[in-house]
Amino acid sequence: MNPKEEKVKIITEEFDENDEDAGVGSQKKTSKMARQKRKKPLPAAGPEEMVSENPHLGNQPEPLQEDSDTRPLSMTTRRGPRSLPPIPSASRTGFAEFSMRERMREKLQAARSKAESTLLQEIPTPRPRRLQSPGEKELETEFGTEPGEEAQKTQQEDDSQSHSRVKFRDSVRKIKTKPPVPPGFPSAEEAYNFFTFNFDPEPEESEEKPKAKNRDGTTQEEEEGEEEEPPVQGIHKTDEQLLISATEAEAFLWGLDHAAADFVAVRPADYESAHVRLQMEKELLFVPSRLTVPTYKKLPENVQPRYLEDEGLYIGTRPDVPRTCQNIMENRLLTQEPGRRWFGDDGRIVALPNPIKPFPSRPPVLTQEQDFRAELETLYKKAVKYVHRSQHMIGSGDSPGNFQLDIDISGLIFTHHPCFSREHVLAAKLAQLYDQYLARHQRNKAKFLTDKLQALRNAVQTGLNPEKTHKSLDTTQKTINEYKSEIRQTRKLRDAEQEKDRMLLKTIIKVWKEMKSLREFQRFTNTPLKLVLRKEKVDQKADEEAYEAEIQAEISELLEEHMEEHEQKMEAYRAAYQQWKAWKKAQRAKKKKKKQAVEEHPEEEMGEPYPEEDPVKPVPPEPTDRALMEHQVRERAARSRRRPGEPLLVPELSLAGSVTPNEQCPRVEVLRREDVKRRSIYLKVIFNDKEVSRTDSRPLGADFRVHFGQIFNLQIFNWPESLTLQVYETVGHSGTTLLAEVFLPIPETTIVTGRAPIEEVEFSSNQHVTLDHEGVGSGMPFSFEADGSNQLILMTSGKVSNSVAWAIGENGIPLIPPLSQQNIGFRSALKRADAISSIGTSGLTDLKKLAKWAAESKLDPNDPNNAPLMQLISVATSGESYVPDFFRLEQLQQEFNFVSDEELNRSKRFRLLCLRSQEVPEFRNYKQIPAYDREIMEKVFQDYEKRLRDRNVIETKDHIDPHRAMVAKYLQQVRESVINRFLIAKHHFLLSDLIVEEEVPNISILGLSLFKLAEQKRPLRPRRKGRKKVTAQNLSDGDIKVLVNIIRAYDIPVRKPTASKFQQPSRSSRTFSEKHAASPTTHSPTHSADYPLGQVLVRPFVEVSFQRTICHTTTAEGPNPSWNEELELPFRAPNGDYSTSSLQSVKDDVFINIFDEVLYDVLEDDRERGSGIHTRIERHWLGCVKIPFSTIYFQAKIDGTFKIDIPPVLLGYSKERSMIIERGFDSVRSLSEGSYITLFITMEPQLVPGESVREKFDSQEDEKLLQATEKFQAECALKFPHRQCLTTVTDISGKTVFITRYLKPLNPPQELLEACPNNPQATAELVARYVSLIPFLPDTVSFAGICDLWSTSDQFLDLLAGDEEEHAVLLCNYFLSLGKKAWLVMGSAIPEGPTAYVLTREQSHYLIWNPCSGHFYGQFDTFCPLKSVGCLIGPDNIWFNIQRHDSPLRINFDVTKPKLWKSFFSRSLLYPGLSSVQPEELIYQRTDKAAAAELQDRIEKILKEKIMDWRPRHLTRWNRYCTSALRHFLPLLERSRGEDVEDDHRGELLKQLGDYRFSGFPLHMPYSELKPLIEAVYSTGVHNIDVPNVEFALAVYIHPYPKNVLSVWIYVASLIRNR
Amino acid sequence: MAAAGPSVFLLMVNGQVESAQFPEYDDLYCKYCFVYGQDWAPTAGLEEGISQITSKSQDVRQALVWNFPIDVTFKSTNPYGWPQIVLSVYGPDVFGNDVVRGYGAVHLPFSPGRHKRTIPMFVPESTSKLQKFTSWFMGRRPEYTDPKVVAQGEGREVTRVRSQGFVTLLFNVVTKDMRKLGYDTGPSDTQGVSGPSPPPGRPL
Repeated sequence: MNPKEEKVKIITEEFDENDEDAGVGSQKKTSKMARQKRKKPLPAAGPEEMVSENPHLGNQPEPLQEDSDTRPLSMTTRRGPRSLPPIPSASRTGFAEFSMRERMREKLQAARSKAESTLLQEIPTPRPRRLQSPGEKELETEFGTEPGEEAQKTQQEDDSQSHSRVKFRDSVRKIKTKPPVPPGFPSAEEAYNFFTFNFDPEPEESEEKPKAKNRDGTTQEEEEGEEEEPPVQGIHKTDEQLLISATEAEAFLWGLDHAAADFVAVRPADYESAHVRLQMEKELLFVPSRLTVPTYKKLPENVQPRYLEDEGLYIGTRPDVPRTCQNIMENRLLTQEPGRRWFGDDGRIVALPNPIKPFPSRPPVLTQEQDFRAELETLYKKAVKYVHRSQHMIGSGDSPGNFQLDIDISGLIFTHHPCFSREHVLAAKLAQLYDQYLARHQRNKAKFLTDKLQALRNAVQTGLNPEKTHKSLDTTQKTINEYKSEIRQTRKLRDAEQEKDRMLLKTIIKVWKEMKSLREFQRFTNTPLKLVLRKEKVDQKADEEAYEAEIQAEISELLEEHMEEHEQKMEAYRAAYQQWKAWKKAQRAKKKKKKQAVEEHPEEEMGEPYPEEDPVKPVPPEPTDRALMEHQVRERAARSRRRPGEPLLVPELSLAGSVTPNEQCPRVEVLRREDVKRRSIYLKVIFNDKEVSRTDSRPLGADFRVHFGQIFNLQIFNWPESLTLQVYETVGHSGTTLLAEVFLPIPETTIVTGRAPIEEVEFSSNQHVTLDHEGVGSGMPFSFEADGSNQLILMTSGKVSNSVAWAIGENGIPLIPPLSQQNIGFRSALKRADAISSIGTSGLTDLKKLAKWAAESKLDPNDPNNAPLMQLISVATSGESYVPDFFRLEQLQQEFNFVSDEELNRSKRFRLLCLRSQEVPEFRNYKQIPAYDREIMEKVFQDYEKRLRDRNVIETKDHIDPHRAMVAKYLQQVRESVINRFLIAKHHFLLSDLIVEEEVPNISILGLSLFKLAEQKRPLRPRRKGRKKVTAQNLSDGDIKVLVNIIRAYDIPVRKPTASKFQQPSRSSRTFSEKHAASPTTHSPTHSADYPLGQVLVRPFVEVSFQRTICHTTTAEGPNPSWNEELELPFRAPNGDYSTSSLQSVKDDVFINIFDEVLYDVLEDDRERGSGIHTRIERHWLGCVKIPFSTIYFQAKIDGTFKIDIPPVLLGYSKERSMIIERGFDSVRSLSEGSYITLFITMEPQLVPGESVREKFDSQEDEKLLQATEKFQAECALKFPHRQCLTTVTDISGKTVFITRYLKPLNPPQELLEACPNNPQATAELVARYVSLIPFLPDTVSFAGICDLWSTSDQFLDLLAGDEEEHAVLLCNYFLSLGKKAWLVMGSAIPEGPTAYVLTREQSHYLIWNPCSGHFYGQFDTFCPLKSVGCLIGPDNIWFNIQRHDSPLRINFDVTKPKLWKSFFSRSLLYPGLSSVQPEELIYQRTDKAAAAELQDRIEKILKEKIMDWRPRHLTRWNRYCTSALRHFLPLLERSRGEDVEDDHRGELLKQLGDYRFSGFPLHMPYSELKPLIEAVYSTGVHNIDVPNVEFALAVYIHPYPKNVLSVWIYVASLIRNR
Repeated sequence: MAAAGPSVFLLMVNGQVESAQFPEYDDLYCKYCFVYGQDWAPTAGLEEGISQITSKSQDVRQALVWNFPIDVTFKSTNPYGWPQIVLSVYGPDVFGNDVVRGYGAVHLPFSPGRHKRTIPMFVPESTSKLQKFTSWFMGRRPEYTDPKVVAQGEGREVTRVRSQGFVTLLFNVVTKDMRKLGYDTGPSDTQGVSGPSPPPGRPL
């Protein structure tokens, strides 16, 4: 049986033989019948025994017996087989090719199987034991041995597997039956084992034995196996038998009655021992062997392993794998089905050189399983000096070590030197020629070529021989032709060589002759050179024959050649001739034709169609003349070849000649010799342009040779770039001159010391030397001829003989820089360094050259060491490797453009995305940009495009007045630029923008908080806790609400009884004081008829509108209503952008309108009055309070009592006072009149107001002043952190300006001064009114987030827009010019917040002016909106309020008291006299009245249209009478500034429209744009009346003031005709 | 337009904030919210949530397990501004103040299927040692003004953070109509549902 097959079978059986039945089944095929019989009972016995035994164990009182029983059994099992003959291995000895080891293993197997088979035999024994007598059993064991002997031969394969299993089962049994033995005591089994002294046999034991036997040979083996055992056997058998009989009897006894006990079996816990498990695993798992697999198993049959390495192919280094692992793998692979494909030709597992990737294929991931510390640990690495500055070290990452280059400089020979005499020159020439000759002779090229020629001729001869060629004629012919052409070539070469040889010889002889003549001429000898020509006799005849044969051969060849040529020429000639003939014929035919056809065109004939193509008659080539050729050949031979019979001349140069001693020489020559003696030479060794060492200085010998014999060991780090020797000459003791530089080649890496040949490197210098002695000098012309002709110029030159090589280290490793070092050992690998040295440094930049070199030197492309080079080359040779001579950024951009730019720009979606990302206001918060272009409407862009278009076009439509349009445009542009600046600034973040961090508490706060801890708890005194502020970014629509708490109002106008047309007004006019007296009359019950439903004086309610959302309170009653209601208005930011900047620029106002609710009985019929109430509710506007959202946003809360803006005339209403209620306050209220409302407004949640841009503006102020301001502000802030202190402000161009520069007396318009020349108070009021008429535009709105920008007064007047500061500055300046004492008050007011007011000092008291409204208040007016005073600013100083209180009511305005006011300029810092930024004078143009009138008409028209628009479902009728009446009335109002005209007006109206019940009011505001006007009219709600017969009246009046300041009056009224 | 196909795609994510590794802390809870671009809109599910307080497991892993569910659906027209989930973990310090224990963010997975993400958490550092001490003492550690800033790059250069723990999230992602709109994010069809993929190395 083939052992291989056997192996396979073993494995397959191992898998399918799960139970022994199957195993037996498979055995049947191979085993004999006898064995079958014996085996059959086996399988049944095994399991049965297990089962039957278990119950036994469960209730066995003394399992000792059983134990001692089974244990010996296992002993016997072992013993039995020993007596068996071992497996005969004779059948296998035939396989001679088996290795020894293989045989050993088989032996081992045999031994094992032996043991197993015995076990198998033993297994059935227990069962019969129980039923049969011990005697029988014994018999059986004896029987078992006999058949086993024969069976074993075929059985062993099967047994080898079952062996271990059986053994395991055996041991399992042992454990199972183990009784609970008290610890410390040996179990019965152990005891038995101990006494019987029988050790469990180790499998190794059996392994070793066969090994030992093996050496003895196979035949002895059997006997020995038998002999070994018997002595022990006997003893055991007897012991065991005794025991068995005893236990068996008992077991049998127990077995009889254990049926009852079964039911209450108490068993030990099921325990599966490790052995059992292992056994089970063994059945399932395959554990490959660790032994080495012989090579033949791994290879296909009859294939010898092939070692690629030996064949010269490159094989990378295999990865380092432990031998055992490899063996296991191989074993495993072999058992697998297609396992063999894993093995290479050499019988080893196929392996990549390096299975490890150089870089991880995915980035390292930090998972929590890993130890972070280990990953993050920093490693200390010593700093490595960067030494690879040379490009030669491509890709080598190795750190350079110490490398050594040995430079051996043996000597120097001058081929020319200035001190050469003429003879020396010739000698040098001769020597050179002789060297040349020697070199040529050594190579002997002529001989080589001659031989080659001979060989080629022979080849041609054989090729022509037809019998010898097997190939087709074609190929032969071809090769012959090739040969022939080669012969021709070779011949030419040989001739040339021979000629050269001859020439050289001739020259040598010539030079020698010259030298001899020179020596004779000068009568002394300088050089020891001597040329001897040795003649070698040749055999005349043979020589002649050879010569002749050669010539003949040549001639014949030439002839042949010529023949061929001739043939070709003839061919060409024939063709040409044919052509010519044909042409001739055609010509003739043509001529004939012409002659026939046209006679009258002779000139045509002159112009023959193809005159130039007239071919010449070809001349037939001449045949070659043999004689001529022979002549030529002979001539050439004579020239280049030695004549036959002529002796061979061999020149021999020797130094045998004697030099004439000094005494016999002429003086010049002596001088020369002395000069030579004085000279000495040394060499410097320059490595990489640095001198590393120099040789000793050696004297120049008479023969112009210098011997150094020095070796320099250069310890180097760098790859050598250049190696130079500098030749220096010293003359006497004087100077040293650099003669020349010698460049030495860098040695190849293979050249190491000892192997390096001595090389001679030539050098020369361009030195010019003239000498005054016999020396010929250098670079100087001289001549050998007496007449000086034939001049020669020789330069100093010479040769350095040296050798450069790499040193060898102590351990024989060449000390070569690393990359080349690695290569040693790879046969075929050419060194990379060689590549460089072979193509030169320039090759690295010239890739083509490199590629060429690589192709020529046949690099192994598979060698990984060459990989980078190959890659480089493949890139270089793949074509597109030209280097452009320009540089381009993003050179790949073109490739990545998936559409053209135009197409991209055309895409609407892309455009939208771009605009959004640029934060263009229209698109800043555009949500959900559609996925497709087609879904984007064109109109999305319309607004934006319009805005872009309009940027430079001034639109007058909205603005009516061109000047204002321009101003608006300008403002818009300033705003845009500021916003852009802000947008950029918005992207700069500070830490505080991102991170909330508690500030470090200082000592005082810390102390305070500590103190607070100790403070008593006062639960009845609750403290207000600050609300949490919310940053604006994470908000959305509906998150923010504006809360308006309307508490109460005072002094609401009350209704007046409707007087009939004919009724005279009760009072023609009233003064303020009169009202008190008259008021009670209005309460008289006589008027009750006017209030049909018994209404009170007034039923006011408040309506709050914000962003077109309207909320209103319930209706209260009386002129002093109390609502105490909270209204909630949602806030929506523009575009849903809740960023701070966006919120800051919200321009919306909160309108708080007070209405009177009037109920009218509309019942037609009195009869119905009993059954129902029909009333119509009308609401009459009484007044409003307007609070900008920005104020709420910045103030966070607004709390206070505000004056209601009530129109000067309220038709149907009058200001009445109920004396009873309010008497007590009258005195307080003496100065102020009007209605008031108490409000509390805030936002929920509280928003963090945006900070101003943190930009430090540059300034033209003095640095000292700026420092002072900072100091001043810091000091103030320390004392009163909440009081406003302003020292510097930013002007409109963004520069910091000291604040007092803004204050300067400026002239108010002359017109105003002339109005009431005698009343300074009236003038002041007029001026204040003028200032208040300039439109108000808060900075925060126009310049979102940027701190206040202060414009000067002229800028302010030009812009016609500004906020409190500008108004206040202008007003203050006017007052100053009017001669008042005036200051700017910086403080906070309601509702504006931090603001600027103007303080004037009258004779006895102070007045506080609100510059925006034009109102003024006394210092002690409780209704003064100014609530706190921070500082006062005058034209020349700043005073900070350091009083305890800051309310104007409680402070003293006397700034001269330093205890109360801290002044900026004081004695320590004197006022430097700052010039003002204001202009010298303000120039006012008179406003065009006509333009104002035109504007007036247009506004009226527009407003009328608007009112009609707002009433889309109703007819709007205009009452012309009323309108004209109102129109007349408005100028009066303007003149009186809204005072004291009411009653006259009313009377007039009543006269005209007596039977109308009407309500209406004039609105007054400064003119800025149309939109605010419309808003104001809308907010009054006049249009909301939907009584069917309502009529409207609307009049507009514009009063122009200088400088385009316009005061606009709008009178709206609704009329209902009384019936 | 019905014939033209969908104009939005949907991204449906459910999953859970599984667990966290905060070696030094215990009794933590976490909040999550989503940050997404302007073209995105949530259509269903909760945009933010706050979990229960969990204690460390008593075994070796010491994991803080929340298993706090996430379920949200977005619609969008544009993958730009792909939603990120922002997590912030809070827990009591030695004095019992609730302080932040970590911020972290990760993009929702692009491809449909089951994804597991482990995101590193970090907290902003105090600006000085003294600040650090006082913040520790007062229980007012530095916090982001808004947890959502961790999902943005802008302005982060001014902050210094310290990494602190990990949170593991599990996402089950379903997308609709993405391919129809020309966005191919899914794995090549053979892959199907892949097992828990390793967390991507997310630069902080």
